[in-house]
Amino acid sequence: MIRLENVHKHYAAGRAALAEVDLEIARGEVFGIIGRSGAGKSTLVRLLNGLERPSGGRVLVDGIDLANLDGAGLRALRRRVGMIFQNFGLLSARTVFDNVALPLRIAGADAATIRARVPELLARVGLADYGTRYPAQLSGGQKQRVGIARALATGPDILLCDEATSALDPETTRSTLALIADLNRELGLTIVLITHEMEVVRQVCDRVAVLHAGRLVERGAVADVFLAPGTAETRALLHEDEAAATPIPFDGAVLRLTLRGEAVAAPVLSRIARETGTDVAILDGRVGQFKDERFSQLTLGLSGGDTKAALAALHGLGAVAA
Amino acid sequence: MSGFFAHVDWAEIVQATLDTLVMLGGSLLLTLLIGLPLGVLLFLTGPGGPWRSRVANGALALLVNLLRSVPFIILLIVMIPVTVLLVGTSLGVAGAIPPLVVGAAPFFARLVETALREVDRNTIEAVQAMGATTRDLVFRALLPEALPGIVAGATVTAIALVSFTAMAGVVGAGGLGDLAIRFGYQRFQTDVMLVTVALLLALVQLLQMAGDALVRRFTRT
Ligand SMILES: Nc1ncnc2c1ncn2[C@@H]1O[C@H](COP(=O)(O)OP(=O)(O)OP(=O)(O)O)[C@@H](O)[C@H]1O
Ligand SMILES: [Mg+2]
Repeated sequence: MIRLENVHKHYAAGRAALAEVDLEIARGEVFGIIGRSGAGKSTLVRLLNGLERPSGGRVLVDGIDLANLDGAGLRALRRRVGMIFQNFGLLSARTVFDNVALPLRIAGADAATIRARVPELLARVGLADYGTRYPAQLSGGQKQRVGIARALATGPDILLCDEATSALDPETTRSTLALIADLNRELGLTIVLITHEMEVVRQVCDRVAVLHAGRLVERGAVADVFLAPGTAETRALLHEDEAAATPIPFDGAVLRLTLRGEAVAAPVLSRIARETGTDVAILDGRVGQFKDERFSQLTLGLSGGDTKAALAALHGLGAVAA
Repeated sequence: MSGFFAHVDWAEIVQATLDTLVMLGGSLLLTLLIGLPLGVLLFLTGPGGPWRSRVANGALALLVNLLRSVPFIILLIVMIPVTVLLVGTSLGVAGAIPPLVVGAAPFFARLVETALREVDRNTIEAVQAMGATTRDLVFRALLPEALPGIVAGATVTAIALVSFTAMAGVVGAGGLGDLAIRFGYQRFQTDVMLVTVALLLALVQLLQMAGDALVRRFTRT
């Protein structure tokens, strides 16, 4: 659906904002791009609808090289690629209705179509009664919903989200992400989601790529990257470096056990403890939910009993020394 | 002749007021019509604008800066041949309008450009990301969003024009400022000066109030 081939981007001065970026995003998936401030996330996502042009390499959407599009071709493509922003980008002088109607008007829709379609879109994002309000009269979460309704107006099949929840509180972030996930499921939208928060990726993304200083340093299924980060940059984004900096002192074997899916519900620890007589301390851990899989990841300390047998049992479950 | 307003010829005051209003109205209208597109062009060709071009923007900026750096009184005189070409005379109310417009339009254009720069970058990008043409962007997003700033700029420009019209007396344009200079200042007729200044003040106040009311009307934040 979306493909980047050896993409480079240099702004007028300074180091490259993006270098050697290769990326493939499949139809219908929610793809996260995570990185810290200045990593080049916005630059990358803006390449996907031609708001920015690459200095080198190719950007393909549905097999079409954006570089080959003329003005009209690019505008047509943009109607198929919705975009939402951290600061919403709503027209403050226009009502919610007119904001959502704008892409339709630009696309040349007639008044009857607009009268029918806008209320539909507003209802979809839960703002059916807000058509006559102005953006200044809405909360941040409501503004982003207007942004989403507006992005959906021309019936796109790709939705780009540039830090769409970064200006929202945790609760509103959750509901906004839930809406985005629903749209992905119901409309089959391909979603590219830019963020600096791993939590956002964990909740809604299928796959993730980690961007650091303009380069993609890691990528994979969210669960894999999240549970077994392969680079220092990813660990930093997960705040794992903090945990590593202050290890809990423990006299005995320490290892990390990761369980996913069904396995989370299996009472493995108490069974191993009972069978081997080994005491198990939980030194660190996280449990939670990916888009479609539960997980738990625990750092365990073993002491007493038949430690060897306990270790063997835990290794059998995939635990590794920590 | 006695009393405080001894020198005041009220018929002349009325005529001068009308002259000022006509000069102001005519020059303001043309200033807005010329300055607005000029300001939009300055913005569109500027850094980050959809038609960014260092050459075009530099040329426009040079023209605007040139016209803005010439003192209005010099502009009045330098413009005389052009004015004659445009309106057939360099005298009277008609003769004053071309230099007034040439003096004020670049000023207003800069104010328009500044108002457009105030429009949220995210908003501009959002509209571009919808597949808008530059024309859509200007008419459906930039101008409506910048409207309060543009109206405020028009108010400042109108008030600047009021003081320009006073100087236009130099080319025999008439008007209240001319009256104040000729009688009040040059002949020490303080009463004439006071009446004309009071009328000019009233005009400026009215313009400011009307401008502020419009800005409030168009502001949605
Ligand atoms: N228009 C521009 N002109 C020059 N440099 C730019 C421009 N836009 C971005 N950059 C530079 O490119 C680099 C990447 O910027 P980008 O906005 O893509 O980062 P980001 O990952 O989105 O950061 P943030 O999380 O702060 O939004 C930065 O070093 C930035 O200074
Ligand atoms: Mg960014």
